[in-house]
Amino acid sequence: MDKPEKTHVFDKPRNVKRVIHALYAICALSVIAEFFVHRHVDHPWETVFGFYAIYGFAACVVLVLIAKELRKLIMRKEDYYDE
Amino acid sequence: MSSMTPFLVFFLGAILVALTKGRLQSMVLLAIPVVGALNLYYLPADMTGGTMMFSYTLSWLRIDKLSILFGYLFHLAAFIGIIFSLNLRDTTQHVSGVLYAGSALGAVFAGDLITLFVFWELLAVTSVFLILARRTEKSQQAAMRYLIIQITSGLILLAGVLLRVHETGSIAFGHIGLSGLSSWLIFIAFGIKCAFPFLHNWLTDAYPEATPSGTVFLSSFTTKVAVFSLARCFAGEEILIYIGAVMAMFPIYFAVIENDLRRVLAYSLINQIGFMVVGIGIGTALAVNGAVAHAFNDVVFKGLLMMSMGAVLYRTGTMKGSELGGLYKSMPKTATFCIVGAASISAFPLFSGFVSKSMVMVAALDEGYPIVWLALLFASAGVFHHAGIKIPFFAFFAHDSGIRVKEAPRNMLIAMGLAAVICIFNGSYPWVLYSMLPFPVDYAPYTMAHVLTQSQLLFFSALAFCMLKLYNLYPPELRGINIDVEWAYRWLLPRATKGFVTLFAPIDQACRALAVRRIEVLIARLYRHHGPHGVLAKSWPTGSTALWVAIVLGGLLLVYYF
Repeated sequence: MDKPEKTHVFDKPRNVKRVIHALYAICALSVIAEFFVHRHVDHPWETVFGFYAIYGFAACVVLVLIAKELRKLIMRKEDYYDE
Repeated sequence: MSSMTPFLVFFLGAILVALTKGRLQSMVLLAIPVVGALNLYYLPADMTGGTMMFSYTLSWLRIDKLSILFGYLFHLAAFIGIIFSLNLRDTTQHVSGVLYAGSALGAVFAGDLITLFVFWELLAVTSVFLILARRTEKSQQAAMRYLIIQITSGLILLAGVLLRVHETGSIAFGHIGLSGLSSWLIFIAFGIKCAFPFLHNWLTDAYPEATPSGTVFLSSFTTKVAVFSLARCFAGEEILIYIGAVMAMFPIYFAVIENDLRRVLAYSLINQIGFMVVGIGIGTALAVNGAVAHAFNDVVFKGLLMMSMGAVLYRTGTMKGSELGGLYKSMPKTATFCIVGAASISAFPLFSGFVSKSMVMVAALDEGYPIVWLALLFASAGVFHHAGIKIPFFAFFAHDSGIRVKEAPRNMLIAMGLAAVICIFNGSYPWVLYSMLPFPVDYAPYTMAHVLTQSQLLFFSALAFCMLKLYNLYPPELRGINIDVEWAYRWLLPRATKGFVTLFAPIDQACRALAVRRIEVLIARLYRHHGPHGVLAKSWPTGSTALWVAIVLGGLLLVYYF
């Protein structure tokens, strides 16, 4: 991430977009790199192409979706225990 | 210079801190961990310390690789914490912080279970002031709950130790293993301090209520002493693998929807301890090395994250994600340090988490626990999500909250900078840390495959965050709290006992009234006889006393005669 200077870089939507595009690019690169790097494998699951990328993405989506449902169940007002 | 037991340096130092003020106090504070570390360095390897109590030898100095590593770690943590708190003019906090660090040192150098118990309880008693020092009603209540649970853990430990002495006659603080009641009691006592699932809630309840610097101290010591104790007594117990996997998994869900950012970090603290507990449970040299190395790194990067949030709290007065945002504009240095901490806890290559967490994960695969490995991988993605992205994002970026404050005080920046340097040093050059581990290290963290797979995992986790945010699927920061296990004793118990009280209060009152009446009657009777006008309070002439003595003597003579 960028170090903000006095101009406050993220006030400009263009700069936010740049960060996001950089992320897309680096994700793509990391997958492409898999063609060139010999991966040491400890477990057969790891042989699936892009296993870590898919797992990381899926894990976070599942995490957030479950957490959203959890919130309906356990969220209370801030003074819940004070009543 | 003659050496002394490490905790003594801190306990004696605490007295000096209490007696001094201002600049001198700051110098004393800084000198304590430095003198302590030098003392530790020059400690003869064969030095022991102890005392006889009844027929047991209590030993407060046992030196081996494990205790030395934790010893240095706690000196380092105390040094960083002290620098961070230097701008405070609050002797209570300074003294209790130093005593607390000293108690942690006492525990890791303890040679027997009784000594461990003493420092176990001291950890609780000395640290509670770091929560009380916030001086709000909420913190007072949280501190009392914290104290009750911590002391309970100590009592369970004591019960376990006494039973064990009865069974085996030994108070040795070594491998115990799970067999029989006494070992389970000790295990549960460790589990409470280690924040096992369902026993974890004291941590997420109390730590976020402590003072900005108090939380930095708290997150360094108590749980790590518990991890150390588990490694000493229960390494290789399979149940720990599953407990650890659950610890790594469940807090991340709570962390994603938590609004108080220091509570998010408290949940992520449990998540990180989960990795260590798995490592101890696997029990191989690689796994235990991984657990211990991760404990070391966690103290530094979690301390760094807690410091960055402490600085934000100190400047803005709030810790709620829903009220913060855009602080990179006014606290850019704190933001940078926070990102270093975030990268370290997320285990980015070149940052400290990368070289230690993976040891535990490789060990899990090697020893045939693929499901646990998948759970840890999930937790790794999850920790990046909540501690790596959420903390810096909602505090320093996100929408601009309009809050404009000064950058953190200089001493706080120095403390954060020091921790950040250690995070990057350990991540880039892990060999110093590896050489201090309890077993010889045969592990290379920087293989192409490891760097690539870990990068993929993290970048795609970031991508997921980005997409969810762009499509408005990400749960926003909302004002509110989330109930956890504490609901049972903070909500249910008071209400359940309320019914009990309304039922039994009249009976109780009647009994008390009856007892009071009885006592009043008794007092009145005593007063009648012994009061100023009572028959026994009358003054008697000397003559009649002489007469009575003569009668008694005469009676005695008669009895003697027959």
